[in-house]
Amino acid sequence: MPLGRLGALLLLAPSFALLALVFLGPILWFLWASLGELGSLAEILDEIGAVLGARAVLGAIANTNWIALIVTLLVLLIGYPVAFALARARGAAFTLILVCIVLPYFTSIIVRTYAWMVLLGRNGLINQGLAALGLPPADLLYNRAGVIIGMTYVLLPYMVLTLYAAMKAVDPRLMQAAEGMGATRLQVFLKVFLPLTLHGVAAGALIVFILGIGFFITPALMGGPRDITIAMLIEREIELTQNWPVAAMMTLVLLGVTLVLYAVYARFAEQARGAW
Amino acid sequence: MVTPLHAGLRGAAMALLCAGLLAPIAIVVIVSFSGDGYLRFPPESFSLRWYMRFLGDPRWRAALGNSLAIAAMASLLSTLLGFLAAYALVRGGLRAKRAIVSLLLMPLIVPHVITAIAVYFLSARYGLIGIKPWIAVTHSVVALPVVLVILQSALQTVDPNLERAAMVCGCTRWGVFRRVVLPLALPGAVSGALFSFLTSFDELMISLFLAGVRSETLPVRIWNSLLLEVEPTIAAVSSVLIAATVLALLADWLLRRLRAAR
Repeated sequence: MPLGRLGALLLLAPSFALLALVFLGPILWFLWASLGELGSLAEILDEIGAVLGARAVLGAIANTNWIALIVTLLVLLIGYPVAFALARARGAAFTLILVCIVLPYFTSIIVRTYAWMVLLGRNGLINQGLAALGLPPADLLYNRAGVIIGMTYVLLPYMVLTLYAAMKAVDPRLMQAAEGMGATRLQVFLKVFLPLTLHGVAAGALIVFILGIGFFITPALMGGPRDITIAMLIEREIELTQNWPVAAMMTLVLLGVTLVLYAVYARFAEQARGAW
Repeated sequence: MVTPLHAGLRGAAMALLCAGLLAPIAIVVIVSFSGDGYLRFPPESFSLRWYMRFLGDPRWRAALGNSLAIAAMASLLSTLLGFLAAYALVRGGLRAKRAIVSLLLMPLIVPHVITAIAVYFLSARYGLIGIKPWIAVTHSVVALPVVLVILQSALQTVDPNLERAAMVCGCTRWGVFRRVVLPLALPGAVSGALFSFLTSFDELMISLFLAGVRSETLPVRIWNSLLLEVEPTIAAVSSVLIAATVLALLADWLLRRLRAAR
């Protein structure tokens, strides 16, 4: 039953109102009011240059990108085989693999982070195991390694589910045809399957990187003093010093980068659609 | 060639990897039943002492109550709005559909820190910190995309010809909605309600800024105590959150089976 444009817009209106009230409106107002305190546009740009040029902020930007990049690579490395297995599995095996991905995916991020803190801590389960084997303890928490392990675990499901969609969209007859013409299994994978799933790889890597640069909870709990990210710096400016203008500048940068990357992601996701 | 040995090895590697994904969560649940004074795996003895401590502490109990109340309100609001929006998107024939969907999904992409401090900026000015219905409204904006995705796919399976037929037979537009669309899309709506409940129940970032002292939620309380130490009570609380996730997934799976059987 066609609804008519007016009817459709009327039904969408409450959702738009919610978005305007507690999302778009506050973000724009916060940026506008906080940056407006600084004076004219030229003064704002000057100030942004000064703030972003500060050593602590540059360090945080470098940390954020570096951590997000490493995590993206690790997630891709682990996620590709898992998604491959999921795409080929049938029946009980499929359900089993799916549960192993979906259950963590829907578990609270703070619970997943806590789980790794239990495992990685100084007296954590991994170090208890190492001690039982007579090995020296490993420093895995409150440093870069902890942040990367925790974030890799939290972001893995996004990659697997994106890759799975791309892999499901590949026509299996293409691989049969390649095999029929004498290609080895490795050749089939490298020349047919991998190229056909590359847009999924790009979409998955982008979504993980986007979520990675905005991450707060895991790096804040599992990182050390040298693992400050942009999101943590923004939170600190508000929580500790109530320095709204500086927080607004960093927000502007993080928001800008996120939206640009999201626009690129949308292009890749377009191609990956179909299996969903 | 795939030899049985190869396939076996690959299967074993896969099983190991999957077990690894589930292990951290499973270990938290096992440790939560520990009777030991500190976190040790495997526990030497089992007891419910950490659950007793969780439920015996008025602050943890209050946090549980706050979380349930806020999640229930957020789930109701976002499911209602999401249902209307999804119906408009599926049946409206809007040309700007793709742009509207990306706009409505934006709260999932924009870092939650940004949403949280922007909402805090607004709430602090109008004395809205710690007001539970308001926290539920702010959670709804993050839960709405979840509902939208679920209900869009659920409504797509409803045949528009059924609605046309009802119209031809003299049903009003409201009657069609109530007697045809709603019953057919109900399983999807229940899924949407479940997952939006879960989204709000697990939400930390916005709550951290808006909860104040009055409306501390479970994740906020976990956060606050994790900043001090990694204590076993949190394992018990975490297990409660994990149980909520498992229940929601099971209920959703049952709903899907019911829908498939019809």
